[in-house]
Amino acid sequence: MIVDHDVVVLGAGLAGMRAALEAARSGVNVAIVSKVHPVRSHSGAAQGGINAAIGEGDSWEIHAFDTIKGSDYLADQDAVEVMCSEAPQDIIELEHMGVIFYRDDQGKLGTRAFGGASKARTYFVGDITGQALLYTLYDQILKAGVKVYEEWFSTDLYVVDGQCRGTVALDMMTGELHLLRCGAVIVASGGMGRVYEPSTNALICTGDGIALAYRAGAPLMDMEMVQYHPTTLKGTGFLMTEAARGEGAYLLNADNERFMQRYAPKMVELASRDVVSRSETIEIAQGRGIDGCVLLDMRHLGRDVIMHKLPQIHEIALDFLGVDMITDPVPVRPGMHYIMGGVKTDVHGAAPLPGLYAAGECACVSVHGGNRLGANSLLDTLVFGRRSGAAASEYIKGVKPLTTGEDFLAAEQQRISELLERPYAGETHARVRLELGTMMDQYVGVYRDEAGLNAALSKLHDLKRRYDLVSVGDKSRVFNQALTFVIELGYMLDCAEATILSALTRKESRGAHSRTDFPQRNDAEWLKHVLIRRSPGQAPSIDFVPVTITKWPPQERTY
Amino acid sequence: MKWNVVVGRYDPTNPPARNGANGYPPPYENAPPRNYQSFEVELPEHAVVLDALIEIREYQDESLVVRCACRSAICGSCAMWVNGHARLACKSKLRDFTVDGKVTVESPPSMPVIRDLACDMTPFWEKNRKVRPWLENRLPIPEGEEYRVPNAAMENLIQEVSCISCGACLMDCESFAINKDFLGPAALAKAYRYTADPRDDQEKQRLKEYSEANGVWDCTHCYECVQQCPKGVAPLDQILKLRRLAVDAGFTNNPGTRHADAFAESVRDSGRLNELTLMPKSVGLFNIRAQLQALPTALRLLRAGKLPPVFHEKIPGLKRVKNIFNKLGGRFK
Repeated sequence: MIVDHDVVVLGAGLAGMRAALEAARSGVNVAIVSKVHPVRSHSGAAQGGINAAIGEGDSWEIHAFDTIKGSDYLADQDAVEVMCSEAPQDIIELEHMGVIFYRDDQGKLGTRAFGGASKARTYFVGDITGQALLYTLYDQILKAGVKVYEEWFSTDLYVVDGQCRGTVALDMMTGELHLLRCGAVIVASGGMGRVYEPSTNALICTGDGIALAYRAGAPLMDMEMVQYHPTTLKGTGFLMTEAARGEGAYLLNADNERFMQRYAPKMVELASRDVVSRSETIEIAQGRGIDGCVLLDMRHLGRDVIMHKLPQIHEIALDFLGVDMITDPVPVRPGMHYIMGGVKTDVHGAAPLPGLYAAGECACVSVHGGNRLGANSLLDTLVFGRRSGAAASEYIKGVKPLTTGEDFLAAEQQRISELLERPYAGETHARVRLELGTMMDQYVGVYRDEAGLNAALSKLHDLKRRYDLVSVGDKSRVFNQALTFVIELGYMLDCAEATILSALTRKESRGAHSRTDFPQRNDAEWLKHVLIRRSPGQAPSIDFVPVTITKWPPQERTY
Repeated sequence: MKWNVVVGRYDPTNPPARNGANGYPPPYENAPPRNYQSFEVELPEHAVVLDALIEIREYQDESLVVRCACRSAICGSCAMWVNGHARLACKSKLRDFTVDGKVTVESPPSMPVIRDLACDMTPFWEKNRKVRPWLENRLPIPEGEEYRVPNAAMENLIQEVSCISCGACLMDCESFAINKDFLGPAALAKAYRYTADPRDDQEKQRLKEYSEANGVWDCTHCYECVQQCPKGVAPLDQILKLRRLAVDAGFTNNPGTRHADAFAESVRDSGRLNELTLMPKSVGLFNIRAQLQALPTALRLLRAGKLPPVFHEKIPGLKRVKNIFNKLGGRFK
């Protein structure tokens, strides 16, 4: 089947739904394709909050400076200006849509403190902010009547004459492939957390849109910038929100010492995430950890604060580790959490490939540079979701309808059929994925060096060879998850390739990218973005673009 | 540790014959039968049912279908029957649910099954859509700033906002089991969330809609939804709040309110429940058709010796009961 829309959005998290809502408001025919029902999207797992400079004594310029400093001066400052100056209007709009933000005594929006921020500017709903936003946006797209292809899985982008004109998607329920033709595609498919093992990310975060754009020839930017969150639960690796530290939690080592006082005398536990994760890694490596972890101590906050402002992480620690944070500290460790890099876009969400837009974690505008501040990711999804929805709706006015696509769809059907029929040769997607994730965590984690990255690259080549032998252990048409897992693994291998090659390229330490063989930041040579692109059938090539500096020249970064 | 997991499999391309019994109690006797397959998995002591299912899917049988994403009770994907009740697989510890050496999981028979552990959630989403789950803004919308509302009014809604739409409440809802049109616990909890939002303009209209057939009065207070909800949403509590709001707003001309009123009146006037008049008062005293429809039930009760006495006697000390009503105030003073 071939279906036509004006704009197709891949992904139904916050960025995707916000983009679709904006397109619907512009009066264009928009549809969302999502491999899971919208409310299952991983945006719902964001806990702490969303930043905006609204309160007295704060300004978008201070927010922008905090963001740029947090980024280790790799963020493009024009993009940061856009995000921070438009943040207040997006928060107010969310409030008008019905988000039940926490209020102060006057009934106005109230804030909490967050890492790397010089003011308390994080707006929140308990510790389920992402969920509250995700559901409100879902309610809004229901209200607007936006078409959603639920549980449809994208297998390829349709590129015609150098323009992105649609996507082929697998309807999980029937097993049939369809071509969704359109004037513009907005990729809003989230991050690639599962490339790492462990990760705080859901099992669905497999870099689909990033890999699809990469394969279509769009450049990826800053892919070496992978954020490790300082507080992920021992064992399962589940997220313990930064809001815990925002509310006053301590980080302790085996000597019962608040070790962050040594690494970040001013901000202590609320230094930016790359700083805290590195400090924890050093503490653990130097023998002051406890069973590979440090302790997140909330006992002094008291039952009331924990149960009212952090109930979900209280429940998670209790359920999955049996630790009651009211009476005991929780063992945590740095864990892969977020990627700052992604599909390169301008401030309108447009990728260098005409007709292709990207927003949210899969995009790199770049507002997060080398390290994202907590509570800036939800903001990123909304501001650039909205902007890409508006820009794509405008762009399609100059695009002529298509009548082609049957051949492309038939070829894609053929490719998927062959994949399904591939005989078992001893390789499974689960084994290859586990080896990939473990390898990435080992060599491309908090600290990196040339030898480790080269080892990662050769392991990756080995895994790619084995991937070509992976068979699909389910031959059914209906809800064939094994098939989508195999395709996802292909996406993950491409994302890993981009990350490893970019990390090998950047020979300095900046933000989340810490090279033990190049421990200093080197603005003279490396105040630039690493771009990686791959033309069909070609080896990946590396390129550079300068960082846009507007008002804030790089300084030394201390917390 | 070794764990034994029995999985109710269902393959739509090769469904089991429908003629035999499916093993489910009424009213699920028409649900398609499952093919129960036993798996043994090696997992740590604190592992959850979902860990076992993922282990099976990754290393034993790639054709096992199970929806899951976050693994931490946030995304709501993995609700299923675990030992015959709706639970999140990611929140159910193997050690807590292993009974007689095994834990049994299956797609709930109350929902259409797609394949294995994935059920068709369409009924759930349709009910959600029916309650108009979005803010109908109170006007005027403040220009460039937020609505000023007390934090308590927002905190009042957080219980419902914690809902992750897993569907566990609907899967085990006894009212839904016999009436597929019942709006159900999650949708009605959502209905309360927008009705009670001080920024919403449609409180009256909403209460009117939710008071109609298949709405708040179709809940039978079985408490299954409260018990199964993994996030403490307690949908029944939200339904009861909606009932109170609806009655206070004057939406009383419906069997549900009449039924509740008949209870209260009977107790006020006689100190005990007059079961004989309860039904006619609920459906409406002049609703002869509905009363005739109940005749076969009445005859069955009569045969079983369970028909209430024709002469309803007041209890001694009735004045004290009336005093309670007077003290409580409200509609039955």
